[in-house]
Amino acid sequence: MAPLLAVEGVTLRYGTGAHVVTATERVSFTVSRSERFVILGPSGCGKSTLLKAVAGFVSPVEGRILLNGSPVERPGPDRVVVFQEFDQLLPWKTVKENITFALTASGRVSARDAEAQARRYIEKVRLTEFADSFPHTLSGGMKQRVAIARAMAMEPAILLMDEPFAALDALTRTRMQEELLQLWQDTRFTIVFVTHSIAEAIRVGTRILLLSAHPGRVKAEVDSTGEDVADGNGQLLSSRIHEMLFAEPIHADA
Amino acid sequence: MPMPDAARKTLLLVVLAAIWEVYARSLNNPLLFPTLSATMSALSASIASGELPRAIGYTLILLGKGYAVGLALAVLLTAFASLSRIGADLLETLTSMFNPLPSIALLPLALIWFGLGDASIIFVLVHAVLWAVALNTHAGFRAVSPTLRMVGRNYGLSTVGYITRILIPGAFPSILTGLKVGWAFAWRTLIAAELFFGASSGAGGIGWFIYEHKNQLLIPHVFAGLLTIILFGLFVEYVIFRTIEDRTVRRWGMLT
Repeated sequence: MAPLLAVEGVTLRYGTGAHVVTATERVSFTVSRSERFVILGPSGCGKSTLLKAVAGFVSPVEGRILLNGSPVERPGPDRVVVFQEFDQLLPWKTVKENITFALTASGRVSARDAEAQARRYIEKVRLTEFADSFPHTLSGGMKQRVAIARAMAMEPAILLMDEPFAALDALTRTRMQEELLQLWQDTRFTIVFVTHSIAEAIRVGTRILLLSAHPGRVKAEVDSTGEDVADGNGQLLSSRIHEMLFAEPIHADA
Repeated sequence: MPMPDAARKTLLLVVLAAIWEVYARSLNNPLLFPTLSATMSALSASIASGELPRAIGYTLILLGKGYAVGLALAVLLTAFASLSRIGADLLETLTSMFNPLPSIALLPLALIWFGLGDASIIFVLVHAVLWAVALNTHAGFRAVSPTLRMVGRNYGLSTVGYITRILIPGAFPSILTGLKVGWAFAWRTLIAAELFFGASSGAGGIGWFIYEHKNQLLIPHVFAGLLTIILFGLFVEYVIFRTIEDRTVRRWGMLT
């Protein structure tokens, strides 16, 4: 079966004044339907930029990104992003309006059906009693749940998550990871999840792409069962990942 | 127990009014400083005769025209500034040039260009409104967070949809500030301009009402005119703009 998402030799650069920074260099990977694909790497590995490229906000200078076989050229509601920032909700709309607006503005759902769909997804993230609240009255975790509900309600081909839980406290973070997995059990949507936390990558992902920093290059790809299991040599997955990310082999090509 | 804010201020007003009344009575010179009671009766007489309501109406119509034209031009200028680098430079240059210039200083020039009439007053009003609104709106657009912009673009909105449904509400706190500053400039400018030459074709605004009664030595009426300006200013500030604020930026938690 052809992959849902194919990233082929993608190099991304962005300019900061006089400097041009290479965010990622010739990164390739594929994501199949219903996969939970995690992009893991330290700061500076270009993982967020890579996600923005898949979303269509950034264009690659080299390589290409294909969604269902056709190239990604601009942002669109078939690739909805959940950001890390709490200000991703429109502050002038209530929780429910944030979702109905997303549905109707993107043309995914008619105005008539948007209301019911919004309610259904608000219920999924257990925020029914806050449906008519404005975002500024919600806690950080609740805001992220609204953002996830909004993204899921749009029923995109692929859900892109850019460190969505990084700004939350540790307890909320763990709970949100569990909730995300439960939501995934229901509908088995495809996720590309960016994080810098090894533990989060193992919990959330079915497959993990490891990127090195400056510029981001693919180090390895590993599978995860959701548990930090030991391999045949008794080494934990997390310590294996840590080694692969940070043990600096002498680069022949450097 | 501490008094509520409103009660404290009301009490202060009553005390000030009492001091006014007592001092004016002891001075006993209605030509220089009329009593509060004389001012109030002049106020009610002017309202009853229809003279003051007519003057208020005249002033408000002028204000409305100037404000509307100023806003329309501000929208154009902001659009130009948001679309191009040169437009943004132009807006910044013009604003920093004209901001230190009190609009009323343009009135003599306006009189030469547009003659003795409403057009001259509208010209200075536009000047009072335009820069404050354009600058604040432009700054507001630029301050809309990159995340919010990406969220808007993620929905695949058209350019018009993106501007009206993401950028304008996102920049609304700044836009509202611009509208308030623009109103404050316009109101002061208008009254000053009316004092300069308030009447055309026999009708005049509140400024003219004050000027005319000063010439007739009806000082209680002058005070009544001043009081009207204060009251109307307070009404716009604390009722109109406050209501808009409560229903929008305060409700949305976007108060800066």
